[in-house]
Amino acid sequence: MKKLVLAAAITTSLMTLQSQAAGRDTINIVGSSTVYPFATVVAEKFGKKTNFNTPKIESTGSGGGMKLFCAGVGLDTPDITNASRAIKKSEYDTCQKNGVTDITEVQIGYDGIAIANSIKAQNFSLTRKDLFLALAKKVPNPDGSKTLLENPYKTWKQVNSSLPDMEIEVIGPPPTSGTRDAFAELAMEGGCKEFNWIKAMKKTDKKAYKTVCHTVREDGPYIEAGENDNLIVQKLEKNPNALGIFGFSFLEQNDDKVQGSLVEGKSPEFATISDGSYPISRPLFFYVKNAHISSIPGMKEYLQEFTDEEAMGDDGYLLDKGLIPLSATDRSALRQSIIKGKKFTM
Amino acid sequence: MNNTDIVKHGLKKRYAKEKRFQWYGRLAVLTGFVFLTLLLLDIIIKAMPAFQSTQILLDIPLDRETLELSTDATINKDTLSAINYDGLIKKSLSQLYPQVSKRNDRKQLYKLVSSGAEFSLREYIMKNPELISSNSEIPVLSIWLKADDDIDTFYKLQTKISRVSDRQVEFIDSLIQQQRIRTSFNTTFFTASDSREPEQAGIKGALLGSFWTLLVTLLISLPVGIGAAVYLEEFAPQNKITDFIEININNLAAVPSIVFGLLGLSVFINFFGMPRSVPLVGGLVLSLMTLPTIIISSRAAIKSVPPSIKEAALGIGASHMQTVFHHVLPLAMPGILTGTIIGMAQALGETAPLLMIGMVAFIVDVPGGVVDSATVLPVQIYLWSDSPERAFTALTAATILVLLAFLAIMNTLAIFLRKHFERRW
Repeated sequence: MKKLVLAAAITTSLMTLQSQAAGRDTINIVGSSTVYPFATVVAEKFGKKTNFNTPKIESTGSGGGMKLFCAGVGLDTPDITNASRAIKKSEYDTCQKNGVTDITEVQIGYDGIAIANSIKAQNFSLTRKDLFLALAKKVPNPDGSKTLLENPYKTWKQVNSSLPDMEIEVIGPPPTSGTRDAFAELAMEGGCKEFNWIKAMKKTDKKAYKTVCHTVREDGPYIEAGENDNLIVQKLEKNPNALGIFGFSFLEQNDDKVQGSLVEGKSPEFATISDGSYPISRPLFFYVKNAHISSIPGMKEYLQEFTDEEAMGDDGYLLDKGLIPLSATDRSALRQSIIKGKKFTM
Repeated sequence: MNNTDIVKHGLKKRYAKEKRFQWYGRLAVLTGFVFLTLLLLDIIIKAMPAFQSTQILLDIPLDRETLELSTDATINKDTLSAINYDGLIKKSLSQLYPQVSKRNDRKQLYKLVSSGAEFSLREYIMKNPELISSNSEIPVLSIWLKADDDIDTFYKLQTKISRVSDRQVEFIDSLIQQQRIRTSFNTTFFTASDSREPEQAGIKGALLGSFWTLLVTLLISLPVGIGAAVYLEEFAPQNKITDFIEININNLAAVPSIVFGLLGLSVFINFFGMPRSVPLVGGLVLSLMTLPTIIISSRAAIKSVPPSIKEAALGIGASHMQTVFHHVLPLAMPGILTGTIIGMAQALGETAPLLMIGMVAFIVDVPGGVVDSATVLPVQIYLWSDSPERAFTALTAATILVLLAFLAIMNTLAIFLRKHFERRW
């Protein structure tokens, strides 16, 4: 008898669990830790303004978010995934394979990556080539021959005679970070491409090209600081000889402690990042599972809140948090595509 | 030279050696103590600002005209929630500084007050609708509203911050002259949940999340742990299988906690289909982690009950099971509970396994049960430490203090139980 009661109790509790999952009334969002600070602000405002529940936002990283998002359609999968890069072809294929065919891509704005040092130190003016030569594991032989050798540079002056005679010391994120991916892709590869013979490699041996351009040196000058940008800012404050790599919003919040270096003559600012002239900036996205719009209450309203002028516009509250907005025409085009529920294809 | 001489000869050296050793010991203790004090001091100093919050006194006009309510409109929930509270706050700020007219200056003026203030104002008026009903004179509500986090940091620390403009410093100076700005105890920290505005953020959600998670952990790991310990210690035959189990329990205690998180992800979430980010799954994962601690300490407690008591019980005719449940277990209970509390304290401070099962999330609604999405205290610390807004540094440190306080209470309780209820034979 007792066993029967116990079994009944377990089944009922499992069933309530099931029904809990079935009748979900909170939007589930996963994805990039770079988009997280923006998405959370929108979610909070949305929760306070409307009668819907505040969406739950997990910070899983862009790749992790895509994996969960593309796992299938159904209430136990997330409704939206944030990404600090566009969806990859392989991820898109997984999505298609698992029945997640109807998705909408929403670009929310841009994020710049700052190379900064303490305000007590001299401001740097770098090029992407300088960054590549200073931080890559293997660099082209300085004698001009088309060979690579282990990075011999110890000071900035050796890299480029116009730079100060200081030891190379750069504090940056570890390989698991999206910021690091973007830095490798935008800054290092950008500098790497300036060597024509390496650029030519892209066509002949893409893998080798990527290894050359993206691999960061491990002999000391590049210091991995963990995925905490606040920590990097603190370290820069204590050590005026070091440069640090982190997201633009951290530079903006701490501009009494650190200053952004010029890259290709442009300083990391709102205007230069949004018009694309600051070279190390990337677009930020989120992807919506349209199949869930009818079953999860508040999805449409959340999209509206996010893309509202009050949020992502030129005066919006997301700008206070360091988002760099799209242009006005892009924004209205985006709103149109959301109203239509435009299907994203690749 | 006889033996006494040899001893006497080396005596001085031996004494010196002992003295030196004692000093090494003292030095080691001192080093540990200094590090602990430094760490605590650092956290306390950083946490202090979080317990104070800056507020600004505003006069909100509540006549029907300003509220855009017609004179015959009834005051009910709908009409009240439709009021533009943000506009009211902006209006009262403009009335304070009528000379400010440039758009940019106005924007900076409006930014003095927290962006969440409109919701506090709304809540206050919804609770006290009679403020509007009294129509005889023009009612004005004087209310202290929270300042923006940058203003808050500036006012509390009295240092120049670049995010506070010179114009805003002028505004603050004049607010000080009019005695319209003050700091008071930050109750929000204990009554609110996570927020992206540091001045509106609190730990209530995380505290309750920790509570639900630990409740699940306790309900599962205590009975299972005691059951396993009693069986292994009292009933199980001594053979290779039980030896093997014993070795594995000891090994389990040394497994890194992230492994339990991965296990939880693949078993509870992927296989059983339980939802992500809920205390139920968190509690299950943490109970896997605390089980070995409880089993090992329970076995030690049971073992320490003198055999004479067991034999006496058996001798007067009690069955084996009666002996265990009537005599051995009650006497071993203080030891078992001590082990359990220490295991729970460990679980309370754990973040790594919860990363895997989705409890690292922005969750605003306070969890009301074990299947509501929730985070826990250490995860809240982790999330806030990574936020760009500077005011979160203080909140992070304050949350660490709260967590440390809970850990200290639990460990004190464990010591108390051991001191007062443990019997020595």
